[in-house]
Amino acid sequence: MTAGGPLSTEGLVQLLTPAGERIGHEQFDPHTAHLTPDDLRAFWRDMTLTRAFDMEATSLQRQGELGLWVQSWGQEGAQIGSGHALNGQDWVFPSYREHGVALTREVDLVEVLRIFRGLQHGAWDPADHRFHLYTLVIGSHALHATGYAMGMAKDGMVATGDPERDGAVVAYFGDGATSQGDVAEALTFASVYDAPIVFFVQNNQYAISEQATRQSRVPIADRGKGVGIPSVRVDGNDVLASHAVTRWALEHARSGAGPVLIEAFTYRRGAHTTSDDPTRYRSKAEEQLWAERDPIARLEAYLTAAGELSDDYRTGVDAEAKALCERTRATVRGWTRADTRGMFDHVYAEPHALVDAERSWFERYERSFADTEVPR
Amino acid sequence: MPSFQRFNLPDAGEGLTEADIVTWSVAVGDTVEVNQPIVEIETAKSLVELPSPYSGVVTQLLVAEGDTVEVGAPILEVDVDPDGEPAAPSEPVQVADAVAEPAAASPSAVAAPVAPSQATPVPEPAPASAESEGSGAVLVGYGVKAGNATRRERREGSLDPIGGAEAAGQYPVLAKPPVRKLAKELGVDLTTITPSGPGGLVTREDVEQQVKATAAQTLATYPEDDQPWLASGTTTRDGRSTRVPVKSVRKRTAEAMVQSAFTAPHVTEFLTVDVTETMNLVARLKQDRDFADVRVTPLLIVAKALLLAVRRHPEVNAAWDEQAQEIVYKHYVNLGIAASTPRGLVVPNIKDAHRLPLHALALELQDLTAEARNGSTSPRAMSDGTITITNVGALGIDTGTPILNPGEAAILAFGSIRQQPWVHEGEIAVRWVTQLALSFDHRLVDGELGARVLADVGRVMNDPSQGLVWA
Repeated sequence: MTAGGPLSTEGLVQLLTPAGERIGHEQFDPHTAHLTPDDLRAFWRDMTLTRAFDMEATSLQRQGELGLWVQSWGQEGAQIGSGHALNGQDWVFPSYREHGVALTREVDLVEVLRIFRGLQHGAWDPADHRFHLYTLVIGSHALHATGYAMGMAKDGMVATGDPERDGAVVAYFGDGATSQGDVAEALTFASVYDAPIVFFVQNNQYAISEQATRQSRVPIADRGKGVGIPSVRVDGNDVLASHAVTRWALEHARSGAGPVLIEAFTYRRGAHTTSDDPTRYRSKAEEQLWAERDPIARLEAYLTAAGELSDDYRTGVDAEAKALCERTRATVRGWTRADTRGMFDHVYAEPHALVDAERSWFERYERSFADTEVPR
Repeated sequence: MPSFQRFNLPDAGEGLTEADIVTWSVAVGDTVEVNQPIVEIETAKSLVELPSPYSGVVTQLLVAEGDTVEVGAPILEVDVDPDGEPAAPSEPVQVADAVAEPAAASPSAVAAPVAPSQATPVPEPAPASAESEGSGAVLVGYGVKAGNATRRERREGSLDPIGGAEAAGQYPVLAKPPVRKLAKELGVDLTTITPSGPGGLVTREDVEQQVKATAAQTLATYPEDDQPWLASGTTTRDGRSTRVPVKSVRKRTAEAMVQSAFTAPHVTEFLTVDVTETMNLVARLKQDRDFADVRVTPLLIVAKALLLAVRRHPEVNAAWDEQAQEIVYKHYVNLGIAASTPRGLVVPNIKDAHRLPLHALALELQDLTAEARNGSTSPRAMSDGTITITNVGALGIDTGTPILNPGEAAILAFGSIRQQPWVHEGEIAVRWVTQLALSFDHRLVDGELGARVLADVGRVMNDPSQGLVWA
């Protein structure tokens, strides 16, 4: 690791050590004061459920039920910690790996799999969850998110001092996306317009097979300096620190003080996708090192040491995870061919002649196949 | 009652067509749980462990370690209800059969129980090209070239195109723009091709294949004439033209002529000369014992005449250096002779021709012609020419307006020599007459200089004894 580079651990905000010991932090301790043991257990539960679901989805892909799967394994701390800092007015613009954040926004994780089975581009109503559809194009949603944040400011949803009204946007993307022009443009716009947005970069160290050292010479958080956006580097495998930092950043943005860039330094323990083979570009020793810094084990150690994780609670969450996996498996296997007509439904808000013509042509086209009426 | 489920080999990457079975971690009779690793496979992308989709007892391993298995083929059978009432054992499936009959690769087919009564899925035989590409290295997210997916079967009947632009009953042909362009150029109707590409895409190979298949078709320029007169090239589908790639000498000639014609402003001057004396000289030399070993032709005298003219007007033996903005005057004459060869037009030159006595010049000319004729002209012989003669008269042509050999300032066309009525010493006589034409680069050769050079050549041709005076 290059000292001072994007893989350096210098300057990371950390509240829990990898061994699960709580350490103090002057700036961010106040942002954990509201957390009760119940909240911490909920963090642990959500991380556990996300991982169980992730593993089930990986198996389903290997069994031919999904075309592709994108694992969140190892990044649960950054996702659950930040997701729980959101309020009801905040909007999330995820990329495609934010299953943990989706869970905190009460999206039914099973529905996420419709995308990965090729049935739908997105299976939830973004407005219901204030959680936008997954964006597969790297970094493009940073601009959508910034535009949305600028709109929220214009709509008077920022800096009113009313906690029931003030909101902000969080755009999630990875270290690889920071090399995209879209992200650079988004940072510039957000900065000069004081947009209420938090750019949450999960630096999982790899853009597919390309190490983060190929994206940046300096920590990714330093990108903020160039455009005048306050930035924080946080240990992304520390769910508590991730939560505290995001909470601070969101308050900053909602108050009208402008954007924040958070770099959550973490590790993608799985492959980039099920089509990727990480053994080709990283070592077992490296994977082992990061297994020892796992976010779930860290909180578990802390809660156990504090006597806050009872066996009953564990058993309950395990059962919940098992049920989620079984429901996931059964639901996915039950899915038949997609109702492709749906793809025409949300092109325009109003009826549109061309779309109508295309829809009816497409229906005839579909009927031209012999298997159309055959139940599958 | 026992209930048997089969696990079909999934596409573990994106667009993979096959995988090698590396290691089975279960055996017949083993109890397996859902998601328990059962087999390790190697795809074009990676080693992958496949988890069991079923819990139960393994009843058959349908493929062996080391086998290469197509995506969609069943690899494992599990009895998911082993404690149920016994029933007739399932039909054993031979490994080879299983491989040969890949089932549909759609995800839902994986979970479907395999029953003998189930309608046979429609396997789309992989195109031949896919076999060689299927196991190649693949970039993440890019898939492989040829698709492995089974294609949905179409009903009979027509489907109107959305725009109405295509004929009714036809679904638009799928082909990429460069392939469409190629097909158009070759006169191939895309709708007549059976596509081999993924998703029914017509590929470049398909188009080329179609052309090859029809290349032997008629080249009916004339009735009853179906023998192609061109050995190489591609016959268009309608049999009305042949396309030949521009290569080697043809290509170099084209490049040289374009470069020359469109950079050097050409001027051509003409001169008709009575060359009876030259013909007499040629006749005498043919009898000369010193010239017994060499073929003497009027071309030899023209060559000598041009060398003499250059000696009197060395400025014509020069080149224009556009890059340096300089005129390069050559103190040597590499005399080029344009020659028609089996490979095409070449212009070898006689090195330092200005120093050669007539006999040596004749020998060089003879060698040069012989080499050109048998195609052994060396690249060195064709480089660094300074001035050129083109003997159009050899083909019975009176004259022409030759294009300069690139890098030279003048070229002399030597027309046919024929007997003509000519005013000689005040009377009409039958004389040997020819036409000379000199093209020159007007950037560095003015009309006057060109005229003087041409006149000098003519003068020597008219009266070779003039050579004694100028030599």
